[in-house]
Amino acid sequence: MALTRRYLHLLRPVFSARLLTTASTSPISIETSLPFTGHNIDPPSRSVQTSPHELLSFFRDMALMRRMEIAADSLYKAKLIRGFCHLYDGQEAVAIGMEAAITRKDCIITAYRDHCLFLGRGGTLLEAFAELMGRKDGCSKGKGGSMHFYKKESGFYGGHGIVGAQIPLGCGLAFAQKYSKDDNVTFMMYGDGAANQGQLFEALNMAALWDLPAILVCENNHYGMGTAEWRAAKSPSYFKRGDYVPGLKVDGMDALAVKQACKFAKEHALKNGPIILEMDTYRYHGHSMSDPGSTYRTRDEISGIRQERDPVERIRKLILAHDLATEKEMKDTEKEIRKEVDEAIAKAKEIPSPDPAELFTNVYVKGLGVEAFGADRKELRAVLP
Amino acid sequence: MAAALLHGVGSTTPLSSVNYNNSRRSLPERKRASFLIQCYGSLLPGSKIGINRAAKLSTNAVTTKQDNVTASTTSKPGHELLLFEALREGLEEEMERDPRVCVMGEDVGHYGGSYKVTKGLADKYGDLRVLDTPIAENSFTGMGIGAAMTGLRPIVEGMNMGFLLLAFNQISNNCGMLHYTSGGQFEIPIVIRGPGGVGRQLGAEHSQRLESYFQSIPGIQMVACSTPYNAKGLMKAAIRSDNPVILFEHVLLYNLKERVPDEEYVLNLEEAEMVRMGEHVTILTYSRMRYHVMQAAKTLVNKGYDPEVIDIRSLKPFDLHTIGNSVKKTHRVVIVEECMRTGGIGASLTASINEHFHDYLDAPIVCLSSQDVPTPYAGTLEDWTVVQPAQIVATVEQLCQ
Repeated sequence: MALTRRYLHLLRPVFSARLLTTASTSPISIETSLPFTGHNIDPPSRSVQTSPHELLSFFRDMALMRRMEIAADSLYKAKLIRGFCHLYDGQEAVAIGMEAAITRKDCIITAYRDHCLFLGRGGTLLEAFAELMGRKDGCSKGKGGSMHFYKKESGFYGGHGIVGAQIPLGCGLAFAQKYSKDDNVTFMMYGDGAANQGQLFEALNMAALWDLPAILVCENNHYGMGTAEWRAAKSPSYFKRGDYVPGLKVDGMDALAVKQACKFAKEHALKNGPIILEMDTYRYHGHSMSDPGSTYRTRDEISGIRQERDPVERIRKLILAHDLATEKEMKDTEKEIRKEVDEAIAKAKEIPSPDPAELFTNVYVKGLGVEAFGADRKELRAVLP
Repeated sequence: MAAALLHGVGSTTPLSSVNYNNSRRSLPERKRASFLIQCYGSLLPGSKIGINRAAKLSTNAVTTKQDNVTASTTSKPGHELLLFEALREGLEEEMERDPRVCVMGEDVGHYGGSYKVTKGLADKYGDLRVLDTPIAENSFTGMGIGAAMTGLRPIVEGMNMGFLLLAFNQISNNCGMLHYTSGGQFEIPIVIRGPGGVGRQLGAEHSQRLESYFQSIPGIQMVACSTPYNAKGLMKAAIRSDNPVILFEHVLLYNLKERVPDEEYVLNLEEAEMVRMGEHVTILTYSRMRYHVMQAAKTLVNKGYDPEVIDIRSLKPFDLHTIGNSVKKTHRVVIVEECMRTGGIGASLTASINEHFHDYLDAPIVCLSSQDVPTPYAGTLEDWTVVQPAQIVATVEQLCQ
């Protein structure tokens, strides 16, 4: 939604843009594919209010995210992206559904699988690709990399490499929201692998103790790198792990179900404190680009899910079923998206690497007055402002 | 251009300011535009490039009032405070001044703090602003950092610095690095404070000397307070600083009494304190060892030596300016610290002084640190774990032969 609006003024009027601008916002009611399962809470209803405009924007945004991740895959293989690259394709519905339910004042914090969430929060393709390739116009000036995307003004707090360390940080974000008494919530996202971290339970305890407006979202893609969830967790029902904290299990491949759940969770968190959402989702790629993704699961499993539960396909079928666009129009949208992504990559390739001087900037905030170089400093008298 | 320096009560303020000005003018100047290229050059051993960036330096956290140059001798009487009260006073003044300042830690609220530093604050500011956390150091430190990312200014109290080892991941990865990896988007104005050091037979796990563990973390500043005067000033400076600051206190120093000025003052986070001027040898110290050194200094003076004692206060970055001036004068250095011998603050300082002031040294630097052992429980053994004044006297005598 918000994502597509950002692009509208950049595009020359073509099919999809015209489609979106003329699409009506009259409400349609659609049933989610699966019912919600609640733990210590009554789940919300299965019927979701949406509109043609929303569905079309879902399609466009998810297709964009999918294309970006696939392009990142080729860039990695071409050695333009180095290090670790964790791809989100297959899980787009979680990002899109969440964005549809909240505002930019709510905070999102996640782990290292953050490219699509960054886009969803208003990041541009150019910033994303520049950061991935380590160029100076990336969102973190090329100094963060794939695992450190941040966008402070849109409430996207990253982008963290250590599994589970973002959960206490998210608790802090929720604490600050409670402290300043603004009616916003924090979505703390983590995976099924991180769900076994002690920090999570410590943070849960604190959030529940002080009624912080925190929503813990477990993106359960069933594999913690190479270990299946049943081999790592005694109780893989992550939404029940909160015990006294209510939980909700959601079909994470259905963007509308995610939207409904997030809306419900936001209302709950503002009144009653934390809630856990478990998004049952799946990633097509391996854990990262260094992991083929096929040693611990079968290709049949991956293609099975792609055929039956793919989030983009689901929205496409919904659009066709409700006659909101033709097959050709959607194919044109996808072609356009492909072009957009290719253009962004071409532009990003031309951006230079950061200046060597940037090695020392931003280590300290300007308070120290020198770019730091270890424990020694040559000159340290500070001047009164 | 000169910043006024507020020294401790009884120290020789005018002389030190003159010292600074003279030495700054004597350092060769380079144009600011090519500063960072010289950065590389200056890392090479043997180079003595001094860069005069005083004109560009301006900080939020280090204001010192110009008119208080001779504060120690003004007519205002000041008031007597114990060190923990001084910390509390500094904390309270900052909380009064800025509503974003909040405290979190174990037993800081209703209990008043295990060392009474936050006593009475919860009644005054409420339970959310002076937050009693459960015993989950990793998470509440992470929580403080997350809150700091949004603009709050939390002060995280570790009941003992040793417990902060549990929060090391949060301190190292998030606290220190977020400003850098986000390309400058997030500032983390957090203060992490707590007592450490060898106390009265508290046992190995509660008597850890671990300043050096945090020393390599890029992006944080470390300071150690030693008197009520500098405790209050450093606390205020740390809270006002936009960088993450770790403030090391010492369990045995909480009941020290001193007269502090009535008017508001903030100390410089990166400055060392000249405790006693002298000519024969420079003794660098911090925290509790300052008192052992001063005790040894009395003996040394009686024996005819004239030691210069500097309380380095800033553990990261080192105040090489003050230290350098002192080394150039005395040509001999003894470092007395409570940190571990291996990889300790003293080790780092030794390397640093050797690198920058090698030509000015007449003798190798002697570093007296505590022993590389877990602190034993038995009283006599515990005494021998840390440096005693007798050892300091013997070392100085040997060095000055």
